[in-house]
Amino acid sequence: MTKLSIVAFDGTRFDIDAENGSTVMENAIRNSVPGIEAECGGACACATCHVYVDDAWTEIVGAPEPMEEDMLDFAFDVRPTSRLSCQIKVRDELDGLVVRVPERQA
Amino acid sequence: MTTPIETDVVIIGAGPVGLFAVFELGLYDLKCHLIDILDRPGGQCAELYPEKPIYDIPAWPMITGQDLTEKLLEQIEPFHPEFHFNRMVTGFKKRDDGRFEVVTDENEVLIAKAVVIAAGGGSFQPKRPPVPGIEAYEDTSVFYSVRRIEDFRGQDLLIVGGGDSALDWTLNLQPVAKSVTLVHRRPEFRAAPDSVNKMFALNEKGELDFQVGQVKELKGADGKLEAAVIKGPDGDVEVACTRLLPFFGLTMKLGPIADWGLNLHENLIEVDTEKFETNIPGVFAIGDINWYPGKLKLILSGFHEAALMTQAVKRIVSPDEKVVFQYTTSSTNLQKKLGVA
Repeated sequence: MTKLSIVAFDGTRFDIDAENGSTVMENAIRNSVPGIEAECGGACACATCHVYVDDAWTEIVGAPEPMEEDMLDFAFDVRPTSRLSCQIKVRDELDGLVVRVPERQA
Repeated sequence: MTTPIETDVVIIGAGPVGLFAVFELGLYDLKCHLIDILDRPGGQCAELYPEKPIYDIPAWPMITGQDLTEKLLEQIEPFHPEFHFNRMVTGFKKRDDGRFEVVTDENEVLIAKAVVIAAGGGSFQPKRPPVPGIEAYEDTSVFYSVRRIEDFRGQDLLIVGGGDSALDWTLNLQPVAKSVTLVHRRPEFRAAPDSVNKMFALNEKGELDFQVGQVKELKGADGKLEAAVIKGPDGDVEVACTRLLPFFGLTMKLGPIADWGLNLHENLIEVDTEKFETNIPGVFAIGDINWYPGKLKLILSGFHEAALMTQAVKRIVSPDEKVVFQYTTSSTNLQKKLGVA
């Protein structure tokens, strides 16, 4: 299990034990984190699971693939740390990862 | 208003489940008209994930959304469904003769003995960017589509987005507009490279202005837009504009169907699990749009629902006929309808 913290826009922190191989989005949905909509169900076909990766983690999490970068065009208030949480797969190196949910999804 | 079209069944939504409903209904000689807000069949398979593989269609270990749509069109071809694309259903009422009247936003009237709602996640509508107060400018200064190019003549346009819609309208409106500013959050575009090159060429000549950034704030009063604040890499910039065209793709909304008096369960239409009929007799809902205990939003669930719905619709359309259940493998009657016997 890998520890994951998803911080809702209102500051509520969800500390989750996530299974390696699952996505951050799936863990957010399973734990009913407000503000993660995941309209398309994880197909990288919408932009409603947008999160900001904590500055300390951006390098380890890595940059989005071109397809995800394209989808991020549909998100709002996109920042250099923006990712779609359905495209972040949980793995050992991400133990302790912190992501923040934006004010709203697209 | 055009002459009403009379048919057995109106299907709202031409996604995979709406298409397969044509097949099941067709086996029982029921003629279908389909209405869809998109310009082509396939629904979410066409709009959201044409290239994405689907792994849970029986007998297809892997099929893309586009291929699934094409196969379904081939399968229903013998029944000659009639499509009404680029249409949203706006009106619905039960007539005195027991049939239903369905009206589209282009004022077409369809009269049917049964209505099948196979609208998936709802109708695709342009996404509204969450810029504070944008609603106040909609339809006066903010538009999500271009109906008439002339409406934009002499205006200071601000176009936002990086796909084909944003780039195409930037190029098409630039000759008539007073000024055009294109804003996109990064210098890379999803749009066709040819349009992007043309845009950059005009930008270099100073005939339009491309800026990297995101719209943060709108300024103006009484629905009249005067400027927008763009958050760019070097801070905020104010751009004077009288018209804003945001192109942020599509989202799905239940739309006018919500006002038909159907029982809803969290924006989904409640149905029984015998006939997939709603609380309005003669109106059915199948696929992702419906809800019943245990519902799973799977394409295959929608196919099953289409088959059961058909039994009930046949009884409505032909109340005096005995509904005989037959197999396509053995019934020459069905095979004739499919054009294979």
